[in-house]
Amino acid sequence: MKKTRNSFFYIGGALSLVMTLLILVGYIWTPYSPTQMDAAAINQAPTLSHLLGTDNFGRDIFSRVLEGAGTSFLIAVCVVAIGCICGILIGSLCGYYGGIADAILTRLCDSITAFPSVLLALVVVSIMGPGTYNIILALGLLFIPSFARIVRGEFARCRDLNYIQSAKLMGVGNARILFRHILPNTRSVLLPTITIGFNNAILSEASMSFLGLGIQPPHASLGSMLSDSQTYLGSAPWYAIGVGGTIVLLILGFSLLGEGLQQRARRT
Amino acid sequence: MRKRILAVFLAVAALVCSLSACGGTTPKTPAPSDETTPSSGPTHANELTVGIAQDLDDSLDPYQMTAAGTREVMFNVFEGLVKPDSDGNYVNAVASDHTVSEDGLTYTFTLRDGVVFHNGATCTPDDVLYSFETCAATTITQDVATALSAVQNMGVDGNQITMTLKAPNTDFLSYVASVYIVPADYAEQVTQPVGTGPFKFVSRSVQENVILEKHEAYYGEPAHLDKVTYKIYADATAMFTALDSGALDLMAHLTIDQVNNLSNGYQVLEGTMNLVQAIYLNHAVAPFDNEKVRQALCYAVDVDAMLALTAGGHGTKVGSSMYPAFGKYFDPALANAYPHDVEKAKALLAEAGYGDGFAFTITVPSNYQPHVDAAVVLAEQLKEIGVTAEIQKVDWNTWVNDVYGGRQFEATVVGFDSSTINASGMLARWVSDDGKNMINYNNADYDAAYAAAQTAVDDAEQTALYKQCLQILSDTAANVYLQDLADFVAMRPDLKGFEFYPLYVIDVAKLYFAE
Repeated sequence: MKKTRNSFFYIGGALSLVMTLLILVGYIWTPYSPTQMDAAAINQAPTLSHLLGTDNFGRDIFSRVLEGAGTSFLIAVCVVAIGCICGILIGSLCGYYGGIADAILTRLCDSITAFPSVLLALVVVSIMGPGTYNIILALGLLFIPSFARIVRGEFARCRDLNYIQSAKLMGVGNARILFRHILPNTRSVLLPTITIGFNNAILSEASMSFLGLGIQPPHASLGSMLSDSQTYLGSAPWYAIGVGGTIVLLILGFSLLGEGLQQRARRT
Repeated sequence: MRKRILAVFLAVAALVCSLSACGGTTPKTPAPSDETTPSSGPTHANELTVGIAQDLDDSLDPYQMTAAGTREVMFNVFEGLVKPDSDGNYVNAVASDHTVSEDGLTYTFTLRDGVVFHNGATCTPDDVLYSFETCAATTITQDVATALSAVQNMGVDGNQITMTLKAPNTDFLSYVASVYIVPADYAEQVTQPVGTGPFKFVSRSVQENVILEKHEAYYGEPAHLDKVTYKIYADATAMFTALDSGALDLMAHLTIDQVNNLSNGYQVLEGTMNLVQAIYLNHAVAPFDNEKVRQALCYAVDVDAMLALTAGGHGTKVGSSMYPAFGKYFDPALANAYPHDVEKAKALLAEAGYGDGFAFTITVPSNYQPHVDAAVVLAEQLKEIGVTAEIQKVDWNTWVNDVYGGRQFEATVVGFDSSTINASGMLARWVSDDGKNMINYNNADYDAAYAAAQTAVDDAEQTALYKQCLQILSDTAANVYLQDLADFVAMRPDLKGFEFYPLYVIDVAKLYFAE
């Protein structure tokens, strides 16, 4: 097969790699402490010493963006992990075995997806109280249905294919059929779902922090920073641009990567 | 292929934009169309729209109101026999005259002729008696109840109302001002309050607005405005956006950032908020039951730096539960009782057995940006002495129920004001068995000094005792006292007549539009 350029994959991959590296560096080192205040440097425009300027407490926005993106990243990874693992378990069992349990679980998933996930997460968080773990738990649970539905569809499709029937006749165990034979074949659908889910998780976390129910100050979060920056949109636009730009780049990178992965899977 | 890249990029940008647009979703009712262009001539129809940060959900009943925000609005609806003016003096209101006997025991009030309630009924001496009895029996403000229980005898002679006290009380007039005169046997104060003020209550929509209208039959100088709508914004950013767009005519309690960002040409006035902002610590919870820990926090917090960070240096340090407008009791020396001293703070913590620091949670109402900002700065300053403060933002209802009512908190940043212009309005709440003693402050010396001040005959002696109370609060580091916030009011350039009070009120009756 002739090798064609998959620009989505390369651009997205490069962007994601850069952002991920920046975030990883941010876990270990930031130019300033993200909470260090300086009354003499309030709302300063970007300079070489403060790459993205300073906020209303004189804190370095770049350092806070690194911390905030790190937090969002960690939450998104956990949320997708919870959603993905539980979704695969539920989806594979439902799709493969079918029956009454499948019908009930599928309807349950449908009814959960009927509500906007951020809205449901807000309800959960207002009951359990804000905090990183509660957000992970709330969003993680709400991300299960989207994975479960897709995985279920794939398993239901594969279950009647010849190679599975043959495997059954050969006496291969159910668990092995499920996770050794079918699961790898759902890759082309699952990988893009994971990248899209990852983006949604970042946006959901940002939305919740934006509304004040996510990460609590003084910890930085992309959403709460975006919310704070609104007050200074006129006088210190770099605050909103720096934070908003980071969200755009982060999500754009993973979106393109997801698209690229989908194309790649289609070709092979 | 390129088009698809562009499409993905646009989709992501749209997502982010929709995220930033979330902030504007709080005000459900669109701005009144006649007020979207603030400086384009007299299109306001002599009506005023004021933005407020909290719903009047404690109670509308004149004797059950607790929140400062509620009293700020209802000040225009209810009046006592006397009422405070903007200088802090008590002037005649429903009474046309009042005299005090030489021994300070007998107060005589002359009921003003032609005082009409908002429901059309004329105010009679019976209404006054009813109001005093109902207030004494039901008021939620304990110091008012205490003051009224000292009334031995109330007599009516024609339109003269005479009250005889068991013991002289130099603050008595300030409590009389808190006894709002209401019509006798009117049972719907909670939903449709009726008073004698320059404005009458029209309606309240939960979490949306409160509407007042001019009381045509007001006995004094009538209000200039016909109608005032208080719009409720749970979100500070949304309220500021509404103000800046011209949907609001007046907004009080702006932050310095908001003042700097105001771009619509509104005039800005500066006063003080007349409240005491502090980190209020729950003394029933370890380690705040330890005086040394509280003192350590006082030394660790640098109030000057905080003012520079949060308010561009505006605001006045207080040091105890009294704000500067109370010149009679305010002691500026207390404001510097705990100079910023990290080493001393660490030493005190070590003495108290918390040499390695500790962690606690500051619960702060999310609708008051100055308190949230103060908490953020505090968390940073306390790091220096190894104390970790986590911040939990809660909505106002949760704060009132859990923190103020339930006392379920470790520390909180809020401001306390006084409902009456006298020292007890600020100090009664720290008496150990007071119902509003949210921090569970328990100090026998304080209780004794306060009780002595309450019964003191001589004004100088009473003042000295109140000052002693303030000194005790400072010495025992009852709370980490911060400041009286600078109060900025922004309003339309053609609006005139705004007056700052030593109380947390906005007197809308004096406001008028310049021709």
